[in-house]
Amino acid sequence: MEQKLIVSPSPHVHSGDTIEKNMYNVLIALIPAFLVALYVFRLDALIITASAVLFCVGFEYLIVKYILKKTPTVTDGSAIITGVLLAFNVPSDLPLWILALGCLFAIGVVKLSFGGLGNNIFNPAIAGRIFLLISFPAQMTTWPAAATATATDAVSSATVLGNLRLAPEALPSLQTMFLGTEAGSLGEMSVLALLIGLVYLLWKKTITWHIPLSIMGTVALFTGILYAFNPVPLYHPLIHLFSGGLMLGAIFMATDYVTSPMTRKGMLIYGAGIGFVTVAIRLWGAYPEGVSFAILLMNAFTPLINNYTSPKRFGEVVKHG
Amino acid sequence: MLKTFRIGGIHPKEKKISAGKAIQPIAIPDQVIIPLSQHIGAPCQPIVKKGDNVKVGTLIGKSVGFVSANIHSPVSGTVLKIDKTLDASGYKRDAVFIKVEGDEWEASVDRSPELKKACDLAPGEILNKIAAAGIVGMGGATFPSHVKLTPPPGTKAEILIINGVECEPWLTSDHQLMMEKADEILVGTTIVMKALNVQKAIIGIENNKQDAIRLFTQKTKEYAGITVEPLKVQYPQGGEKQLIDALTGRQVGSGALPISVGAVVQNVGTVFAIYEAVQKNKPLVERVVTVTGKEVKQPCNILSRVGISLNELIGVAGGLPETTGKVVSGGPMMGKALASTDIPVTKGTSGILIIPTLEAKRKAMKDCIRCAKCVNVCPMGLNPTLLMNLTEYEVWDRAEKERITDCIECGSCSYTCPADRPLLDYIRLGKGKVNGIIRARKN
Repeated sequence: MEQKLIVSPSPHVHSGDTIEKNMYNVLIALIPAFLVALYVFRLDALIITASAVLFCVGFEYLIVKYILKKTPTVTDGSAIITGVLLAFNVPSDLPLWILALGCLFAIGVVKLSFGGLGNNIFNPAIAGRIFLLISFPAQMTTWPAAATATATDAVSSATVLGNLRLAPEALPSLQTMFLGTEAGSLGEMSVLALLIGLVYLLWKKTITWHIPLSIMGTVALFTGILYAFNPVPLYHPLIHLFSGGLMLGAIFMATDYVTSPMTRKGMLIYGAGIGFVTVAIRLWGAYPEGVSFAILLMNAFTPLINNYTSPKRFGEVVKHG
Repeated sequence: MLKTFRIGGIHPKEKKISAGKAIQPIAIPDQVIIPLSQHIGAPCQPIVKKGDNVKVGTLIGKSVGFVSANIHSPVSGTVLKIDKTLDASGYKRDAVFIKVEGDEWEASVDRSPELKKACDLAPGEILNKIAAAGIVGMGGATFPSHVKLTPPPGTKAEILIINGVECEPWLTSDHQLMMEKADEILVGTTIVMKALNVQKAIIGIENNKQDAIRLFTQKTKEYAGITVEPLKVQYPQGGEKQLIDALTGRQVGSGALPISVGAVVQNVGTVFAIYEAVQKNKPLVERVVTVTGKEVKQPCNILSRVGISLNELIGVAGGLPETTGKVVSGGPMMGKALASTDIPVTKGTSGILIIPTLEAKRKAMKDCIRCAKCVNVCPMGLNPTLLMNLTEYEVWDRAEKERITDCIECGSCSYTCPADRPLLDYIRLGKGKVNGIIRARKN
């Protein structure tokens, strides 16, 4: 009864975890924020999001198949995430051709030219957004008012962060910011919806708490200290936490596996760096919002952080009991 | 909160379908093959030749050197030849072939079933008996027990840890042995405590073996100094360093032995064998083997003599399923895939796991997405993906600095990787290479 047996080194079982499962978990976690976007911006939200996904997946497929001449990798779900995240980072009335350029840059330049998923240095969606912000500053920084807002201010409105330095009296209430019906980019607005996503990702063990909480903690601490000396809205920790792209960035963009550090210590350093740079740009920089730049900058530091941090080794915490 | 080790760990599906199946005997076939290397260390020197008559318990292979273990005949009969045979490692090694005739035991072996509690031997005498009986670690590592029970000069054992964790999925041989031989295991524990001159022993049992925890909690009341500790189910808790951490909170340093924190760990199967050797003069010639797998008709726990072909054991379990793709000696996480099922049971065969073809094939490897899941599960606090890269690019000095030699080869990294990367394959390779470099430097 000699039948051929498969011989391979241990282990002989696998958890069944796949790249796809992790990517789709991220997409599921983005659903609450998408629902809020749909509620606030109605059809525009759907058009922008669907188009961005279509552009990203389409560009990846075409580039991989016809330029790189390899088997297309779009089924891993990462191009879909890039599309959704890029859509969530732009105003809901952005012309589609501009959006397409952003997607092409994100997928073609930032992701595929570095070798595709796993080999890119910068987060494609973040880099795509910054590319658009610098190339099309006007279109990228005027936000249509929410469809849910009253008729008088329904033309266009400044964001919370825009008002923070110029017109602090025009700030919405913290509750409005938390629920997310103020003006802003598509998916950035509802803190609550994004936090639901965070809870889901932590529950599914897709990410650990280290990056999001170190970003939020650093932002709260940094602004909190300033607020203690000078309690004006500009320094209010909760306003900083609840506004702009902070939550979206901290939960979904900074936690991108490929471009964030691998050790827990490294994740904390990386998160603290993002929090610090974000606040610095918001308070003293030329742009009202700094999360994207902060993440991009810390992406560049990731290899260095990986190189200088190790996991907590077994045997280094000897406790004699 | 149940105790467990503090770094990393995974929880694979337990699949202990042979749990609760009484240990059953197996008929001795006409011929057995006894490998002369069934332990870590130097192979034995055969001391029988063709035509010699042997009984059960006759010494047939003498240990050479300190780290080695005697081998005894598991059957009575005539030596046919000494020749090469395939073993679980996939290599052909020297073995004694014996034609079986009857089942006659050496007169010195006490085969009565009575529990013999009292032991008035001195520690040195106990160790001599353990060495003479060829006892090795039966959890799978097969390290000679008398060596482990002889702390190096300048060290002192403070606590004995009995490993009843059986953290490998599928395997139930230790569990069933604990259920059927609790008293023998406890007497064996007192003997080892005496040999080591320690007053305290902890039996660690994972919480998925409630019946064993209850049984031992009740039985240990009669034995001074022995306690039972239920542990959270977490792989690889049966790893020596992990178990010591879980039970005592002490972490054995890089490259150090358990004795450096005053601990000695013995598997329940080993302690049972020590009981039989010391109290009953019975050398290690048989052990409990779990035969199991998804498509196996009758998953079971078999008390098998050493030297019986795995084919016979698989036959007891209902034969090799047609879907079989892989046969593993040991558990799914650390066991060895076999090239053939016609190899003999040895002292370290804790189980035979039969895996269907569909589940036996690995998936294609993708690029690392740096999700850090391997880093999070590594129980030694290593960075598996970094170690794999360092091995691939042969950066040995950095691999050494990143502690590649600390790897216990538990396989948690490969198990977890969503990109199906063969992390442990590479790390094992790199570890061997770095160990070689370290040895060369010392010489």
